[in-house]
Amino acid sequence: MAELSTTSDTLTTAKAQPVRRKRIKISNIVDHAVLIAGAVLMLLPVVMVFLTTGFEDTDILRNGLRIDVGPHMGENFSNAMFERSGFTEAITGMRMLTNSLILGVGFALGKIAISLLAAYAIVYFRLRFATLAFWIIFTTLLLPLEVRILPSYEAIQRLGMTNTYGGLIIPLIASATATFFFRQFLMSVPEELAEAARIDGAGPVKFFIDILVPLSRTMIAAIFIIMFVFGWNQYLWPTMITTEESMFTLVRGIKQIVAVLEGGTIPEYGKSLALAIIAMIPPVLIVVFFQNWFVKGLTESDK
Amino acid sequence: MAQVSLSNIRKVYPNGFEAVQPSDIQINDGEFVVLVGPSGCGKSTLLRMIAGLEDISDGELRIGDRVVNDVDPADRDIAMVFQNYALYPHMTVEKNMGYGIKNRGASKEEIARKVAEAAGMLNLTEYLTRRPSQLSGGQRQRVAMGRAIVRDPALFLFDEPLSNLDAKLRNQMRIEIKALQRRLGTTAVYVTHDQVEAMTMADRIIVLNGGRIEQIGTPSQIYHNPASTFVASFMGAPPMNLLEGRFDNGTVMINGGTALMPSPLQRSGPITVGIRPEDVLLEPTGPLPFQVDIVEELGAHRLLHGRLEDQNFTVHVDKETHVSPGALRIALKQDALRLFDVKTGQSL
Ligand SMILES: Nc1ncnc2c1ncn2[C@@H]1O[C@H](COP(=O)(O)OP(=O)(O)OP(=O)(O)O)[C@@H](O)[C@H]1O
Ligand SMILES: [Mg+2]
Repeated sequence: MAELSTTSDTLTTAKAQPVRRKRIKISNIVDHAVLIAGAVLMLLPVVMVFLTTGFEDTDILRNGLRIDVGPHMGENFSNAMFERSGFTEAITGMRMLTNSLILGVGFALGKIAISLLAAYAIVYFRLRFATLAFWIIFTTLLLPLEVRILPSYEAIQRLGMTNTYGGLIIPLIASATATFFFRQFLMSVPEELAEAARIDGAGPVKFFIDILVPLSRTMIAAIFIIMFVFGWNQYLWPTMITTEESMFTLVRGIKQIVAVLEGGTIPEYGKSLALAIIAMIPPVLIVVFFQNWFVKGLTESDK
Repeated sequence: MAQVSLSNIRKVYPNGFEAVQPSDIQINDGEFVVLVGPSGCGKSTLLRMIAGLEDISDGELRIGDRVVNDVDPADRDIAMVFQNYALYPHMTVEKNMGYGIKNRGASKEEIARKVAEAAGMLNLTEYLTRRPSQLSGGQRQRVAMGRAIVRDPALFLFDEPLSNLDAKLRNQMRIEIKALQRRLGTTAVYVTHDQVEAMTMADRIIVLNGGRIEQIGTPSQIYHNPASTFVASFMGAPPMNLLEGRFDNGTVMINGGTALMPSPLQRSGPITVGIRPEDVLLEPTGPLPFQVDIVEELGAHRLLHGRLEDQNFTVHVDKETHVSPGALRIALKQDALRLFDVKTGQSL
């Protein structure tokens, strides 16, 4: 009986093979069609914004977004980057880009430094209530910036840190998410490594710098990417904390360009669309170039 | 190089569990001491107390002539080899081996020289630029050894360093480690649960059971004169045969009623009689009946498992002796018989 059923099994599989191969092909095609349709759907608005920067403001006002190539693209982009604008004529696109980069990098590095140290303290030192401390940090995940924005603003304002990079970055860098990821990672580092380092004469600081930081580098890279994009896209906090135009970030500045000139004049559509495109580039570049690190950091680690 | 002395060392974990009962151990300069015992008996705890990775609850620990109870592991002049090697994954072999002396402020030239020397001893020279993940298990083991050697410590500590290797490599590394220790003359404490490792490597063996020292002695003492039924059954493969018996009218009898030997003691009542499987002789006219159930073929010799008057019994015979299951007669070497107290298990 057993033999019989196995032979019939092999028979059916042998017969089924070509059929199945064909079926995989069909499903492949369907998959790809869905993916391509999705990609086009997602990309089309971006492409339209990009192409529309090729036209003059009046043209855009009359005809809306375009999907053909216009003659004014270079002009619009160079205006967006280098023309002074705003009430005080103090800000160029270049300046906003710099501000955004400082915010993004400062935000990401600050979060990494603070949360790696916090995780190190929680995992490696026999603190009283370390677990409790961790869970308190963790529950702050439930309290996004928006919830505490008024007290935070009040504090920064009294410290006289409005319109400074410090005021822009520091209140944002405490991060439950990053602390959580680093804690999980550090807990998976074998205990013997710390013991070996202790016997090798590495104190807590040396152990952290010589062993843990290099071990965490893929994790650090992954968190840097996430946090950079997150910081780059901050809108509400920079809007509240920066009143001087020279401190504007890109994401905040785009809106300003459209809003500032609305009374009577035609808004500078071409310029603001160009800025929107520019604002998208750094996060995209970072993700494209570091996606290997990103995937590595979140899935594997060489311990 | 140093002697190590533990006086009344005791370990109570914070949860109240007494992992090591007060113990005295003297380890001589240059000696290779093996701590052996079943899982959970406190071997690692004892070793980690010597290393300084675990606090000593009570007692005094000396390395050399210094009391080191409160000395940091880094300053105890020891090196430790861990079961999972604990190599730094992001450092090359060279960096791994040099890290300890680098932290002690050795110069670049000195580090390079010592690492090269240790690598030469361990056949690691061609792997110096590799990372641990690019090495085989045996090579990683050697790097861990190298890291210990470069430090040139007074004391080597090993915690089951070979248990992640396959049997063949384990045999080879066993010999290498022993030879290396001989050559360097460094005192070593080696933890294992493998009694073969203990027998072959040790100058002296310490048998631990349930946090208590059962016996300290040379491999030969431990094997031939076990201090208790625990040592008798833990050391040796197969272990010593233990038979229930009693003193009767000046002779020692097994419970079936056969007399084994004249009693060396003025005693009466039950007794445990021990004999190693290789101290049993097959004799057609022997005084004892032995029922062979299973013949275990081991190439160089055979083991006959069966029953001696309803008690489990194993006999070791050489490869020339062909036996098939069935009834046999045997004799026991009189001077190889060992007597143990039934209640305490202690040797009499
Ligand atoms: N941190 C701790 N707290 C409480 N009890 C512990 C702790 N660490 C170990 N123990 C207990 O102490 C006993 C001895 O542990 P130890 O690790 O020394 O055993 P071992 O002889 O090395 O065993 P193995 O051969 O399995 O490694 C065990 O019963 C263990 O459960
Ligand atoms: Mg252990």
